[in-house]
Amino acid sequence: MLQIEDLHVRIGDKEVLHDINLHIGEGETHVLLGPNGSGKTTLLMTIMGFTNYRITEGKILFKGEDVTTMKAHERAKRGMGMLFQRPPTISGLKLGKMLTAISKSKGVNIPELAKSVHMDKFLERDINKGFSGGEIKRSEVLQLMIQNPDFLMLDEPESGVDLENISLIGTAIGSLLEKDMHLVKRKKSGLVITHTGFILDYLDADKGHVMCDGEIKCHGNPREILKDIKQRGYKECLECRHQ
Amino acid sequence: MPSPVNVPVLSKADQDRVAQVGIDLAMKNRCGSYLQMDQEIVQAECSQQGIEILSFKKAMEKYDGMKEYTWQAVSPEKDDITRYVAAQKDPKGYVIIAHKGSNNILPIQACLYLGREQIQHVHNIIIAEEGAELHIISGCTSGAHVGKGGAHYGISEFFVKKDAKISFTMIHNWSENIEVYPRSASIVDDNGVFLSNYVCMQPVKKIQMYPTATLRGTDTVARFSTVVISTPGSYIDIGSRAILEGRGASAELITRAITKGGTIISRGDIKGKTAGTRGHLECKGLILNDGIIDAIPEIEGSVVGTELSHEAAVGKLAQDEIEYLMSRGLDEDEATATIIRGFLDVKIAGLPEALQRQIDASIDVAEKAGF
Repeated sequence: MLQIEDLHVRIGDKEVLHDINLHIGEGETHVLLGPNGSGKTTLLMTIMGFTNYRITEGKILFKGEDVTTMKAHERAKRGMGMLFQRPPTISGLKLGKMLTAISKSKGVNIPELAKSVHMDKFLERDINKGFSGGEIKRSEVLQLMIQNPDFLMLDEPESGVDLENISLIGTAIGSLLEKDMHLVKRKKSGLVITHTGFILDYLDADKGHVMCDGEIKCHGNPREILKDIKQRGYKECLECRHQ
Repeated sequence: MPSPVNVPVLSKADQDRVAQVGIDLAMKNRCGSYLQMDQEIVQAECSQQGIEILSFKKAMEKYDGMKEYTWQAVSPEKDDITRYVAAQKDPKGYVIIAHKGSNNILPIQACLYLGREQIQHVHNIIIAEEGAELHIISGCTSGAHVGKGGAHYGISEFFVKKDAKISFTMIHNWSENIEVYPRSASIVDDNGVFLSNYVCMQPVKKIQMYPTATLRGTDTVARFSTVVISTPGSYIDIGSRAILEGRGASAELITRAITKGGTIISRGDIKGKTAGTRGHLECKGLILNDGIIDAIPEIEGSVVGTELSHEAAVGKLAQDEIEYLMSRGLDEDEATATIIRGFLDVKIAGLPEALQRQIDASIDVAEKAGF
């Protein structure tokens, strides 16, 4: 699904990602762990095609196609989607209007989908304006339900969300990633950033990666890595690779 | 229902322009209509019981000069425009009176059409008597081919009596060579509500106006919303003012201004003169191409117990907002148009849905043309 080769990324004059290599197969969900500021969100924004993140070396292949220089909407049309940790507030633009714009001719029932994630009362509200943490995430999930991407990037889907909403969001995301289907039938892939690991209860992740200082420094079983981090912190976790 | 308006002199293109400013020549969704082409009054009639539409001249004859209202909200000595209109021996324009307790579900339309090279002048008086509710859409436009240009001088005096309400939605669609000088003021009595919406999405040479609402009654409300786009060569000097005199009076003045290369002077002024009054003024401007948006908000409180606030912001489209929408599959143009459409989407509390739809439709036309 996604193949990243020798990727170097700059924001302004500063290189923030160094020599990233990552392969996510069809039907796989990977977890990206790492301390704050290590480059996890930067990697997701780069994969999505945000122009602030300038690729200086390497390439991104999506479904076998080189998308390195493609704009974000071209990547979205090919099946990429992203749940943002802090999406912008767009003054005046109603959530319902945005959903209509992104649904185009897909023939989806927006009110029904909105109701399923308890966002039916927000369709006439400006996007993200005054939304709580949980409302922002439910709005993001709702947009992704309409987009229905093949490859889903999730930037801390549980941050700022209470336990009840984690269950709602987790179940919806699990469904988007076809976790309710048998392993061999799953076609959708995911890349998830998490600090707490709560979301993993719903996602059945296959692999974990640890980022530090703009590099992926460790790979392994996501739950084991997370357990190590919880017990010993990132410092020791990262040191173990060099032992 | 009044008869459809027969306007044989209008070309198809001009009929479309009239429709764009909310004028329904078929009269399907209107209860009354006033149509003035240049200085000729084509229609003045209303089918709604309790509401009269008269030409200015007829109203003067019928109501003995309407001394209680004529030049009572706007001073004839205000400036050259008012003096010019006051000096006319054959005054034009309309008088709409919603008599005590009446109301119109379907709006009344007033169309002022400028087709030849001249100055079109009107003097309008709009009255909602005690307990009445009056909704008017005023579409002002010029012919597609007005030659060397023209000017429109319009005096409008509004009187909102006790427990009454007026909503006045004005949509302009002029041409690059037309100058427009509305002079309007409203006086609002106890529990009265005055709503004013102004939309101008199309090129114009110059617009200058600064409508004023004097809220002299207790618990009165005024809301002004203004949505304008200024194209290269357009000079739009526009504002709204609320004077809060009655206890409990409140006003909200909201403007959305976009320049694509033209000039917009966006003024706003609220004066809090009595305790227990509130006012908020908001101007947001978007510069799409190099041009000028000069926001001049003023708030003046002169007593303890008046609460006034303002916010003004002028900027560009945020790249992160555009790319956010692009990440959902919209291309850059679609994302930009969607954000601008949202920016212009000002909903006015208390405005009938039909009029809100008309405002939306006129913005839709601009959106379809790519803003």
